[in-house]
Amino acid sequence: MADTKVIMPQMGESIFEGTITKWLKKKGDKIQRDEPLFEISTDKIDSEIPSPASGVVQDILVKEGQTVQINTVVAVIGDGTSTPAEAPKEAPKETRKEAAKETAKEAPKASPTEPPKEAPKEVKGTAPIDGPVPETDEEEEGGEEGGPEGTRSSPLVRRIAKEHGVDLSALAGKGTGINGRITKRDILSYVEQGGTAEKPAAKAPAARPAAPVPAAAPPPPPAMKFAGEVERVPMTQMRKSIAEHMVMSRRTSAHVTTFFEVDCSRIMKARENSRAEFERSGVKLTVTPFFVQAAANALKKFPIVNSSVDGDTIVYKRPVNIGIAVSLETGLIVPVVKNVDQKNLLGIANAINDVGERARNKKLTPDDVKDGTFTITNPGQYGALIGTPIINQPQVAIMGMGAIKKRAVVIDDAIAIRPMIILSLSFDHRVIDGAVADQFMAEVQKQLENWPV
Amino acid sequence: MALTTYVEAIRQGIWEEMEKDERVFVLGEDVGIYGGAFKVTAGMLEKFGEWRIIDTPISESAIVGAAIGAALMGMRPIAEMQFADFISCAFDQITNFAAKCRYRWGAGVPIVVRGPSGGGVHGGPFHSQNPEMYFVHTPGLKVVCPSTAYDAKGLIKAAIRDPDPVIYFEHKFLYRRVKEELPTDDLVVPIGKASIRRPGTDISVLTYGAMVYNALDAAKELEREGIDLEVVDLRSLLPFDKETILESVKKTNKVILLHEDTRIGGFAGELAAIISDEAFEYLDGPIRRITAPDTPVPYSPPLEEFFLPKVSDIVNVARELYAY
Repeated sequence: MADTKVIMPQMGESIFEGTITKWLKKKGDKIQRDEPLFEISTDKIDSEIPSPASGVVQDILVKEGQTVQINTVVAVIGDGTSTPAEAPKEAPKETRKEAAKETAKEAPKASPTEPPKEAPKEVKGTAPIDGPVPETDEEEEGGEEGGPEGTRSSPLVRRIAKEHGVDLSALAGKGTGINGRITKRDILSYVEQGGTAEKPAAKAPAARPAAPVPAAAPPPPPAMKFAGEVERVPMTQMRKSIAEHMVMSRRTSAHVTTFFEVDCSRIMKARENSRAEFERSGVKLTVTPFFVQAAANALKKFPIVNSSVDGDTIVYKRPVNIGIAVSLETGLIVPVVKNVDQKNLLGIANAINDVGERARNKKLTPDDVKDGTFTITNPGQYGALIGTPIINQPQVAIMGMGAIKKRAVVIDDAIAIRPMIILSLSFDHRVIDGAVADQFMAEVQKQLENWPV
Repeated sequence: MALTTYVEAIRQGIWEEMEKDERVFVLGEDVGIYGGAFKVTAGMLEKFGEWRIIDTPISESAIVGAAIGAALMGMRPIAEMQFADFISCAFDQITNFAAKCRYRWGAGVPIVVRGPSGGGVHGGPFHSQNPEMYFVHTPGLKVVCPSTAYDAKGLIKAAIRDPDPVIYFEHKFLYRRVKEELPTDDLVVPIGKASIRRPGTDISVLTYGAMVYNALDAAKELEREGIDLEVVDLRSLLPFDKETILESVKKTNKVILLHEDTRIGGFAGELAAIISDEAFEYLDGPIRRITAPDTPVPYSPPLEEFFLPKVSDIVNVARELYAY
C-alpha cells in the first residue's frame, strides 16, 4: 500500500493558511479513515480534520501551534510496514517569520539526495465540508520542478537570480508565495538588500493577499516597552483575524451608537408561555430569538440597515441573515442564521441553538459564518448594562443587548417594576443617518413591547 | 457636449465615411426602411437613398457574396449581419473567397462585415455568440472588437478604409450602456493597436469587448486590497498588438487572459502560447484563463449569468495569482 500524505485543507475561499491546534493521534497510532486526526484553526473557523485513509500515523510533520499554508503536507499515513524515518521530499514551510529561521535550519537536513522510495499518494484531507478548492485548470499539482536545493520559484525569479548572480538556494525556505515559493518580490528585495539572506523573510506578512490592505496604512504602533517581567504568547490565527477585522472595521465605517430602553415584560411572558411547548420540540427557548425576530422584522422595514457599501454603491440584500456573536474560550465567532425573515420563532430558536452548539464544538462549516447581513451581540450575558459594539464588516449595523434587569420605571405616573433591557445599535453613518437608525430601533422596540402573548 | 453611445458612434462612423466617399454603401437585412435591427443605420435611407442603403433578402451568403463582387468592382461595401451568430451562413464567402482573394489573384476585397455579437442580454444560443475565433483563424482577414464608443467609431472608419476584408464585431450589451464625449474631428483608431485602459503593476488582464468593463470593476475592487491590475483592451484580435501585450506581461510578470468567448480554441489559448513562447522568463506565476465554459450560451437568465465571466471570478483568480 502506498503512503498517504495528509495535507492542510482549504477551509474556505479566501483561506490561505491554517494553524494546527491539536494532534488527536500520535506517531505510530492506528487510525481509521474518517477518524479525527487533528484540529485546525483558520481565519474563519475551527474544525476537526478526519484522516483521509486508514493505517498508521507514520509521521507528523507539523507541530501543534504551527501555521502552514494550505496544501502543505502535515502528516503521512502509512500501512505500518515502512519505516517512519522515510522523510518526504520537502520540509513543510511555516509561513510566519518567527519560523523562518527554524525552517532554514531544517531545510538542508530534509533535502538529502535520497528521495522517498515510494512516492506518497497525495490525498486531500477530507474535511467535514467540501471547502471550495481553487480551479486547477492550469495549475500544476505536484510535479513541479524545483530549482536548486528544492526551492520553488518561477521563470522570472530564476532569470533575475541569474542576472544578479544570486544562488537561489540562499533563499530556500524564505519564499512568501504559495507553498513557500520564491516570488518576484522576494528575489527583488533580496537583491535590493545586497543579497543578505535575513531580510526577505521579514517581508512575509506583507505578502498576505487575504486581508484588504488600504492604500495609506496608518503608521505602525510604537514597539512595546515594559520594565517588569512579561510572558509573550503568539496570537492564535483567530485572535489575529479578530484583531485585523476590528481595526479594519473601525477604519472603514463611521461608527455611531444609539441606545434604546425596552420593556421586556411581554417577551418574558411569551417565553414563559411557550417554553414548555418548545421543550417538547427539543428546543430550549432563551430571549435571544425574540430579539432576532424583532430585528428581522425591522430590517425588512428599513432595508438600508440590511445593506453593504461597495465603493460608491449601496448593496441592498434581499435575504435577512443575522449573525449571532458567540463567545468561545479562544475568541469570538459569529455564526449566521440564514433567512431569518422566513422562519418562525421556533425555527429561529432552533437555528440559533444549532449554530451556537456547533460553534462551541468546532463543527461550524465555512458556510455557517458567511453572508451575514446584520449582527446581534450580547454583552449583557455577563451583566453589562450595555456595550458599543464594532460593526461586523461588510455589514452596516450591529445590535448589542444589555442585561435584562428588573428596574423601577414610571408608567402612567405610577412606579412599576419591569424587566428592562438597554439595546444599542452601532451603525455606519456613511449610509445610515441617525433618524433612520432611531426609527429602526423604535421599530425593534415596538415589536418587543407589543409581543403577542 | 452630448454623450455619444456606442451604437450611435458606429452609426456616425458609417455616416461620415458615406458622406466622404461615395463608394461606401450598406447592405443587409432591414437596414433600410427599418433602420437596422439595432438602429445602426437609422435615417440613412432618407439621407443616402436606396442605391446606397440596400435591404436584402434573408441570406447572409448572398449579402457577403454581393459585397465581395461590388468590392472587386471598386466599391467599399459594409455588409450587416443582423446578429453576428448568422455570419456562419456566409462562412464560405468570407473565409474561402474574401480572405484568399489577395493571396490568390492579387485582388484586395475591401469589405466590412459587421454585426452585433456577445451575451448578457438574454438572447439565447442563437443571438448571443462570440464567433470571432472562426475568423481569427483565417489568414487574410482582419478582426476587431471595440469596447468603447471612441473605438467603435474609430475602428469602423479604419475598417471601411482598409484595403482588405475586416470583420467588425460590435458588442450588443454595450450598444446603449456605454457612452462618452467624442471629438468632432475625423477620428480613426488604427487596426492592430491595443489600449491600456488602466495601468497597473501587479497583474496584467488581457481582454476585449464587454469584458473590459468586468476587468475594470475587478481592478477597482482589488485596489482596496493593494492589488494593482493592469487592464489591456486588445481592440483588434487580428492582427493583434503583440508589442503591447508582451510589454505589459514583462512589466507585471503575471497574467490573466479574459474573454466572454468559450474556452477551448478561444483567443486566451493563443495568447497563452505566445506569452509562453516569447516571455517565459518574465513570468512569475502561471498564465490563468477566465472564459465562458464550453457550452452554447444558455437562454435561462440565471444560467447565462453563470455562463458569463463575472467580476468575482476575476477578483478570485487575481487574488490567487497575486499570492503565488
